[in-house]
Amino acid sequence: MSAYALFKKDLASELRMRYAINSLIMFIVVTISVILFSIGNEKISDFLSGGLFWVVIFFSAMSGLSRAFVSEEERGTTLTLQLIASPTTIFSGKLFFNLILVFAMNIVVALLYSALFDAFVLKNLPLFLYAFVLGNIGIAIASTLIASIIAKASSKGTLYPVLSFPILLPLMLTLIDLTKQAMDGTTFETSYIELAVLGCYDVVMIAASFLLFDFIWKD
Amino acid sequence: MIWKIFLFLLISFVSIAGITFPIVATPAHWYEFPLIMGLGENAKIIFFHVPTAWLTVVAFFMSTVYSIKYLRNKDIVDDIKAHTSAQLGMIFCILATVTGAVWAKFAWGSYWSWDPRQTSIFALLLIYGALFALRSAVEVEEKRATLSSVYSIIAFVTVPFFIFIMPRIMRGLHPGSADDTNAGPVVNFKMNGNMLLIFFLSLIGFTILYYWMWYVGYKSMLYKEKLNKQYH
Repeated sequence: MSAYALFKKDLASELRMRYAINSLIMFIVVTISVILFSIGNEKISDFLSGGLFWVVIFFSAMSGLSRAFVSEEERGTTLTLQLIASPTTIFSGKLFFNLILVFAMNIVVALLYSALFDAFVLKNLPLFLYAFVLGNIGIAIASTLIASIIAKASSKGTLYPVLSFPILLPLMLTLIDLTKQAMDGTTFETSYIELAVLGCYDVVMIAASFLLFDFIWKD
Repeated sequence: MIWKIFLFLLISFVSIAGITFPIVATPAHWYEFPLIMGLGENAKIIFFHVPTAWLTVVAFFMSTVYSIKYLRNKDIVDDIKAHTSAQLGMIFCILATVTGAVWAKFAWGSYWSWDPRQTSIFALLLIYGALFALRSAVEVEEKRATLSSVYSIIAFVTVPFFIFIMPRIMRGLHPGSADDTNAGPVVNFKMNGNMLLIFFLSLIGFTILYYWMWYVGYKSMLYKEKLNKQYH
C-alpha cells in the first residue's frame, strides 16, 4: 500500500463523513466571532491583531488535526494498517492529508481574518506568505506526530493541546514575530534569520518524526 | 562516603562565599568580587540561579539520553532512570523560575516580563508538565514508557530553539541578550578570576548534588517496582 493510496482513502472518508471539515469551519467561525465580540467597538493595535491571528490558527489546528490517528483507533482499523503498510508509508500518507487540511484551513482563516479585521494590514505580503507556508508545514508535521502519540493514550481531547503547545511554541513565537515584521513592512534582509529559524524547525521536526514514528506505531 | 563529605564542604563553601564576599569597584583581595555595571549586588544570584537553570537542561538531557536507550533496548530500568531525571528537572525548573522571577523584581522592576529567557524557562516548565500529563494518561507500562520516551525526544529537539536561538535573536533584558550593552556577556569578561572560580565550583557542586539525588531516586523507584511485583 502506498502513501498516496492512504491519502486517497483518508480524503474519500473525509469527503463522505465531513467530520473534520465541518467541525473545523464551525470552530474557525466561533473563534473569530468570540474575538470580535470581546473586542466590541475598541480599536485594537496592529500587533495584537497579528498575534490573535495565530491564536485562531493554533486552536483550530488543535480541534481538527488529531482526527488523523484518533479516527483509526476509534474504528479499530489500526491493526489492519499495521499489517498492510510500513510505518513510514503510514506517516507520509497521514502527513500529506494533514498538510492539505492545514493549508485549506489556514487560507480560510487568513481570508476571513483580513476581511473582518481592519487593523490586519500586511505591508510586506510576500514575507508573510513565506512565513505562512513554512509555518503551516511546521504545524502539520508537529501536530501529526503528536496526534499519533495521543491516539494511544486516554483523555485524548484535552491531552492534544497540552502536548502540542510546548512543541509548537518556538514556531508560534517566530511566526508572531514575522507577522509583526510583515505588518511593519520590513525587508527580507532583516527578517532573514527568523525565516531561517522556521526552515530549521521544519527540517528538524520532519527528521525527528520519521525517526520516531516507528516506535509509536509498532505495538 | 568521602565524596558526600566533599560535596557538603563544597556546597557550604560556595553558599557562604557567594553570599558574603563583598562586591567592590576595584577588587584588591582574593575574596572581593568586581562591580558589574547595571547589576551591582544583584550579580550574586549567578552562583545559585544559573546552576539550577543549568541542571534543568542537564536533567532534561539525561532524561532524553535514557529515553533513547529505552527505545533501543526496551529495558524498563532505563525508563525509570529517564522518569526520575525528569522529576528532578521539574524541581530545578521551578527553582530556576522562582529565583529568576524574584531577581527580576529587583533588577528589572517586575516579576515577569516575557523576556526570551523567561519564555524559554516557561516552555521547559510546560514540556515537563506535558510529559507528566502524558505518563498519567497511559496505563500499560511498556506503552507509557515508549510514548513518554518519544515525547521527551521530540521535545528535546525543540530545546535548542528556546535556549540558544530565541534569546540571541530576540531583544531582551537578561544578561547576554541580543541587544545587551551594559551588562554584556557576563561570563566572558565581566567576571574576574575568583568570581569565575566560585561560579564553576557552584556548577560542579550542584551537578554532583543532582547526580546523587538522581541515583537515590531511581534506586528507590526500582525497589518500589520490585516490591509491587512481589505482592501482586
